[in-house]
Amino acid sequence: MTTVEKIAAWLLAILWVSPLLYAFWAAFHPPAYATTFDPLAPLTLANFEKAWGYAPFARHFLNTVLLVTMILAAQLVLCTLAGFAFARFDFAGRDLAFALVLLQLMIMPEVLIVENYSTMSKLGLVDTILGIGLPYMASAFGIFLLRQTFKTIPRELEEAARVEGCSWMGVLWRVYVPLARPTYLAYALVSVSYHWNNFLWPLVVTNSVNTRPLTVGLAIFGAPESGVDWSVISAGTLIAVAPLLVAFLLFQRQFMQSFMQAGIK
Amino acid sequence: MKHVYGWLLLTPAAILLVGFTHYPAVATLADSFFSHATALRPARFVGLDNYASLAGDPVFWQVLRNNFWFALGTIPTSIALALLMALWVNSRLPARALVRLSYFTPTVLPMIAVANLWLYFYTPQIGLLDKVAALFGAPSHNWLGNPDTVMGCVIAMTIWKEAGFFMIFYLAALQSLPPELEEAARIEGASRSYFFWRVTFPLLMPTTLFVLVNATINSFKLVDHLFILTKGGPDNASNLLLYYVYQVAFSYLDWAYAATLTVVLLFILATFAVLQFRMIERRVHYR
Repeated sequence: MTTVEKIAAWLLAILWVSPLLYAFWAAFHPPAYATTFDPLAPLTLANFEKAWGYAPFARHFLNTVLLVTMILAAQLVLCTLAGFAFARFDFAGRDLAFALVLLQLMIMPEVLIVENYSTMSKLGLVDTILGIGLPYMASAFGIFLLRQTFKTIPRELEEAARVEGCSWMGVLWRVYVPLARPTYLAYALVSVSYHWNNFLWPLVVTNSVNTRPLTVGLAIFGAPESGVDWSVISAGTLIAVAPLLVAFLLFQRQFMQSFMQAGIK
Repeated sequence: MKHVYGWLLLTPAAILLVGFTHYPAVATLADSFFSHATALRPARFVGLDNYASLAGDPVFWQVLRNNFWFALGTIPTSIALALLMALWVNSRLPARALVRLSYFTPTVLPMIAVANLWLYFYTPQIGLLDKVAALFGAPSHNWLGNPDTVMGCVIAMTIWKEAGFFMIFYLAALQSLPPELEEAARIEGASRSYFFWRVTFPLLMPTTLFVLVNATINSFKLVDHLFILTKGGPDNASNLLLYYVYQVAFSYLDWAYAATLTVVLLFILATFAVLQFRMIERRVHYR
């Protein structure tokens, strides 16, 4: 690698983090310094205080945490059962069913906002957290990922457990689930990041503060017509992304590996 | 017995999948043949009328064109950048972990937050872009308010957001290449660019295809930023198909026409689904 290339790689890296660094600068300095880079500018937390007061962030946080937890819990159960069925049971119509499941990889719920909205209003689930989460709970991606993992587990382990008198559910719970732990971790990270950041469907199906997740709250707060000044918007944006960003910085290797594994399989 | 067990295990997921993917997809198609229902007039069968108004709707053709330019503007550049980043991060570079971290970080941010950050760069006069332009004596420019520049602004931001994500797939592929290849090439005296174009790049082809399909699907699903940056404007210059569906359904409340637009979107995505299935079948992507 030549020196020129090394410098180019670093410059690109600096360019790539600069929008984020800039948001930090604006958020931690008084609005007067938002565009003037004076290294001696006084630090302040006033922007965070203001942002926290302008929008009900605490409520949005709670909603997002509830949403993400509920979706993940349901996904883990549903995808484990379905993935196990596809990996180990040779039932009638399996291949067709699997193809139909995979269809959801391309046609995700956010594309079908119009019909799903009318389904939700028929079910009376508009403006509920369950309504935001329900379309994502049976995840084709999770089913596919777990099926692939379950298929790599040697049959002998399962047969040994069966001989010992383990039921099917016991085999799944004692043999398959523990051995698939890395896949579960990877899937959980991807799912949590996806739903923490998801926007369009939650926007469509919610209409009150009590259900809106962080992204929707942030969009309303950050819209140009809201007239909030830029330092405060930066602070609000940082508040919304902080938990995920901190988790990412702490476990970056695990994050990148999870995204990679999830994409490849 | 295995039939019963298999279906029993599948049932909970199947109900939700059918309810929120297959049923709405079919219902969308059905709705597109009916008129818009109002309180006074129930929906009635209108055949292809909705498709006729689609063909005559200049905004529809514009958003389709915009989607095409958006895809063309974002995909090749972000893939090329991703490959370059992966090559850099995969070689002996001081502070490599930090560089990799910088490239990847935009991936974990929500599109809404990204749009919030970038909105400020594009703001006339006080925005960063105008400040830099002012240093060179250029006049102030309304980057997002001008139909000629708005698409470029959105494209630049999307490339920033996506390149690092695609990088990790190239990185994984590069790390799985046997190191003997490079040694052999060095002994033979092959130049680095020759080695890259004749060995590395062809071996990465499966990854490139995989990323390409994913990036294309993304370019039709990614509209979050429009809510913050432009609302599809000015004059639909940055509007995309899915955002137009949202506008027609939830601002103009024309559900029948929104369904018709969704059918077009589904048709496009289904085409890529077929492509991707072929790839999975042929195991073009490694592993």
